[in-house]
Amino acid sequence: MAEGVNEMIRDGAEAKVIRRNNRLVKSRVPKRYRVRELDERIRRERTRAEARLISEARRAGVATPVIYDIYNSTIEMDYIEGKPLKYVISEDLCEILGELVGRLHAAGIIHGDLTTSNIIWDGNKMWLIDFGLAFSAGDLESRGVDIHVLFQTLESSHPNHEVLIDAFCRGYRLTLSSADEVLDRVIEIEKRGRYA
Amino acid sequence: MTLVLGIEGTAWNLSAAVVNEDEVVCEVTHTYKPATGGIHPREAAQHHAQFASWVISNLFDEMAEKNISPNDIDAISFSQGPGLGACLRTVATAARALSLSLEIPLVGVNHCVAHVEIGRWKTPAKDPVVLYASGANTQVLAYRRGKYRVFGETLDIGIGNALDKFARSAGLSHPGGPQIEMYAKDSMNYVNLPYVVKGMDFSFSGLSTAATDALQKHTLEDVCYSLQENAFAMLVEVTERALAHTGKTEVLLGGGVGANMRLREMLDIMCDDRGASFYVPEKRFMGDNGAMIAWLGLLMYKAGDTIEVEDSHVNPNYRPDMVDVTWLKE
Repeated sequence: MAEGVNEMIRDGAEAKVIRRNNRLVKSRVPKRYRVRELDERIRRERTRAEARLISEARRAGVATPVIYDIYNSTIEMDYIEGKPLKYVISEDLCEILGELVGRLHAAGIIHGDLTTSNIIWDGNKMWLIDFGLAFSAGDLESRGVDIHVLFQTLESSHPNHEVLIDAFCRGYRLTLSSADEVLDRVIEIEKRGRYA
Repeated sequence: MTLVLGIEGTAWNLSAAVVNEDEVVCEVTHTYKPATGGIHPREAAQHHAQFASWVISNLFDEMAEKNISPNDIDAISFSQGPGLGACLRTVATAARALSLSLEIPLVGVNHCVAHVEIGRWKTPAKDPVVLYASGANTQVLAYRRGKYRVFGETLDIGIGNALDKFARSAGLSHPGGPQIEMYAKDSMNYVNLPYVVKGMDFSFSGLSTAATDALQKHTLEDVCYSLQENAFAMLVEVTERALAHTGKTEVLLGGGVGANMRLREMLDIMCDDRGASFYVPEKRFMGDNGAMIAWLGLLMYKAGDTIEVEDSHVNPNYRPDMVDVTWLKE
């Protein structure tokens, strides 16, 4: 484990995230309500799956943190310097994001938590972080829900969300051939109102 | 005082009750008990048809003892769904007949929302995340912007059905849940079973099959214990996520599977660790009961939420998030 000062980034229900110098250390927390063998198994499996998807996404051309170490239920990875998209959002950046998510989906990966806090802009490159809820899938519903979550974040925090969503769609169509079908599904999911 | 008569009959339990703003005035129940195996939908509907008039006349007798006449009732409510189609239609017919003969309004009630509302009535919970775990339904619900939203739900069968299915294959009698709970108490030996949480949803059919297969290699006690630990951990995890996501500070348990003490213990530990309050209504209000249909009927009737007989079709797939919550003010 690297030496240095620890800074708590997030103390969540699922995981604790600590910054140590230029590294991010993410540990899944034990749950007292679960029997120990099961608890350890779930945390170990999810940690490995997350690490695998982070690496797969990068091979598919989506910038993600480099992983240095995985042990038990902890991942050590690069700390990405930059600003969360929610502070620097613009039409151009949303189009770049659309391309990025299209590439991710084309590679059969669903991020699972696409909020503008989990997207980092470092001035010339866009990064995706926190693959804690990511999974492998290529069906319309999974892709649709993934984008629906993002659109909801945009709608709830950015007044010009319609322009931003249009820009996202332009980018998404560039990198995913079935983009139109997915975007139709997003409208259907919205009507269901279930993930509100 | 407002008096509402409600009839429940979505599955195996036929139950009618009268409530007012303060209490359940009376309740009469007749339960369909299959000779072997689980619920047979047609037999359950035939049971309801056979005993509907018995239940209502006994209810009227109990009312008479309290000096309440059928003419004092303000509205009739019934479970409009979700549930077994034939059962729903039978109960809806009885409710329409009562509404027409007594010349009082009809209220169509969503069965899942009724579970939530009776829990809010009978416990101190105000704005909880609700884990509704029964035979056919397994959902994590919470109120947000005019509706009870489904934050997580089963992708296939309900938790109770999964337990019953396993119990039948293990030669245990119906309903299987209480027997599984009893055998589980004699083991502390967890055997690996599939843990299926996808985002905020869970799936139980594969788990049930895997538990049946595990009986080849492990004792019944070990498999019962592991099945409970596994299935309930899935429910508690999604409930905790919904708490974190919504920022709410209360958890309410409802549905027949809520009778299980291990499930309650796990939810209690989770709530304790998060600083949330955990509420469980008394057992008679957890499984399907007429009082919850009458109570939600009363809330909706007072909000003016009644329907005409022509619009009182049942809906076997009636989702709780389809209901506009007209009786709550934010």
